[in-house]
Amino acid sequence: MTTAEDTLEAVAARIRTHVVDMCAGPEGGHLGGALSCVEVLSALYFSVLRVDPRQPGHPDRDRFLLSKGHAALALYATLAERGFFPVGELAGYGRPGSRLMGHPVRAVPGVELPTGSLGHGLALSCGFALANRYAGRDSRSFVLLGDGELQEGSVWEAAIAAASLRLDRLVAVVDRNGLQLTGPAERIAPMEPLAERWRSFGWAVREVDGHDAIRLADHLAAAPWEPGRPSVLIARTVKGHGLSFLAGRTDSHYVTLSPRNHARALAALAATDAAR
Amino acid sequence: MSRAVREAYRDCLLSLLDRHPEVICLDTDTGLFRPEHVSAAGDQYLNLGIAEHNLMGIAAGMAACGRTPFVNTMAAFATSRALEAIKIDIAYNRLPVRIMATHGGLAAGHLGPTHQALEDLAVLRVLPGMTVVVPVDATATEAFVAQSLSLPGPLYVRLDRKPSPPLPPAPAPVIGRAQTLRPGGDVVLACCGPYPTLACLAAADTLAGHGIETAVLNLHTVRPLDTEALIDAARAAALVVTVEEHWCGGGLGGAVTEALAEAAPTKVLRLGMPDQFADAVGNQEYLLTYYDITAERIVTMVRTALDATARFGTH
Repeated sequence: MTTAEDTLEAVAARIRTHVVDMCAGPEGGHLGGALSCVEVLSALYFSVLRVDPRQPGHPDRDRFLLSKGHAALALYATLAERGFFPVGELAGYGRPGSRLMGHPVRAVPGVELPTGSLGHGLALSCGFALANRYAGRDSRSFVLLGDGELQEGSVWEAAIAAASLRLDRLVAVVDRNGLQLTGPAERIAPMEPLAERWRSFGWAVREVDGHDAIRLADHLAAAPWEPGRPSVLIARTVKGHGLSFLAGRTDSHYVTLSPRNHARALAALAATDAAR
Repeated sequence: MSRAVREAYRDCLLSLLDRHPEVICLDTDTGLFRPEHVSAAGDQYLNLGIAEHNLMGIAAGMAACGRTPFVNTMAAFATSRALEAIKIDIAYNRLPVRIMATHGGLAAGHLGPTHQALEDLAVLRVLPGMTVVVPVDATATEAFVAQSLSLPGPLYVRLDRKPSPPLPPAPAPVIGRAQTLRPGGDVVLACCGPYPTLACLAAADTLAGHGIETAVLNLHTVRPLDTEALIDAARAAALVVTVEEHWCGGGLGGAVTEALAEAAPTKVLRLGMPDQFADAVGNQEYLLTYYDITAERIVTMVRTALDATARFGTH
């Protein structure tokens, strides 16, 4: 194990704990879909993105959008860990007076644009990438999509545009956790072969274990993979990853953890850490 | 006939590009920009294809990075199909996207209800921070495009499709400021858009012949409405009639009714498209006559209402 791997794994573990803690708050949260993208966010914010928490609006920054805005818990935890705002603020999630809304809002340092309604992030990111190209900046634009989100037609409008505009500094990640609110995504709207689908839209495509932060970081750092083509990384993930009693289950979608289940979840995370 | 407002917009924008490198024109294959215009605009023009939601999203993303996008689409597709992108990506973020929507109202004529936009003003004027304007002619269009460069937040501009008959000279058009096209005391005709304005001016002439002094107020900015000018005009009047190329609910008539009910209760009658989709076939002028958005109808409405007021003694 490398030091870098230790670090990314440790960061991911802390983010996962914050997510679990927030789901034990009064409102609960989108637990499963937040836990499935923890390694993606860790890799991005702790290895790949050119961002400076002290200057979140720096014009040359890389831009990230959480198109699957319901995973706000994971984004907030990542931004706090990365130093965009105090970790202590996470305890206020969803509570009156907090700025941590259930879907990302611009009031939170590090959030570029609000998301939550699915199918918006890819077009917005195309706009970022296009504007950067016009400005002559080499910044990259990253966007994280849910796999259920791919059922929104606007995703494919933007996929066509990105390829047509040859936006090769645009990188999409699909959190392919396989489950949506009521069941398996493949049963509700089959998308496989997903990689072929993206490839046929003119994108460079790679697939990866979405819980391997090192590999995620390697792929993301290397983009663009093909000159003139936008890149999409299909991250094979597990909804609710890290919590044995919820992982891979449809009912992990939105959870308010009771004190008992909160303790159980923290114990499960601790056991995973110990095993590592 | 005067110049078509959509062409006035295009030519005005082209003339501004050199001095405004931050401006970019994004199109959805509307055909408004012919090859010579595309060539003149250089890299400040992009045809993104037929995808209006995508258009609004890309425009918002670019605006968030400091660009000022002018986006071309038809009013019907801008406000119905792409409404969520306008609401969330543009209005929620208060981004300076300029939505240039052609074929407003019944301008699509024989192309039918799929291409007509009779709800756009109602739908967009409720969005926080949105400015909604309906230029009456080429002069107003050019003025609004130029003024938009220093306007914060999003802007919706409803444009006609074809040239309309010329209008008499009017005060310089300014976004947010009503234009008094004709003073008067008994009745106020409040309108927006080329044909409703022409109908109001003609109706006011006829009414003058009946001894009814009629003001005509061009409320080209539906939001934010110039309530001060409206209330000033309405204060002495027995009746306000709104005239627009829009379904009667929620558009200019709705905005005027809300403003007057709150600040200066006055009887308001609304003239617009009846509560139906246009099943008649014909051009814009034919449809306006068919659905009775005409000077004659305005005269009848005013005289009937004033007769009733005289009979019952109050308004």
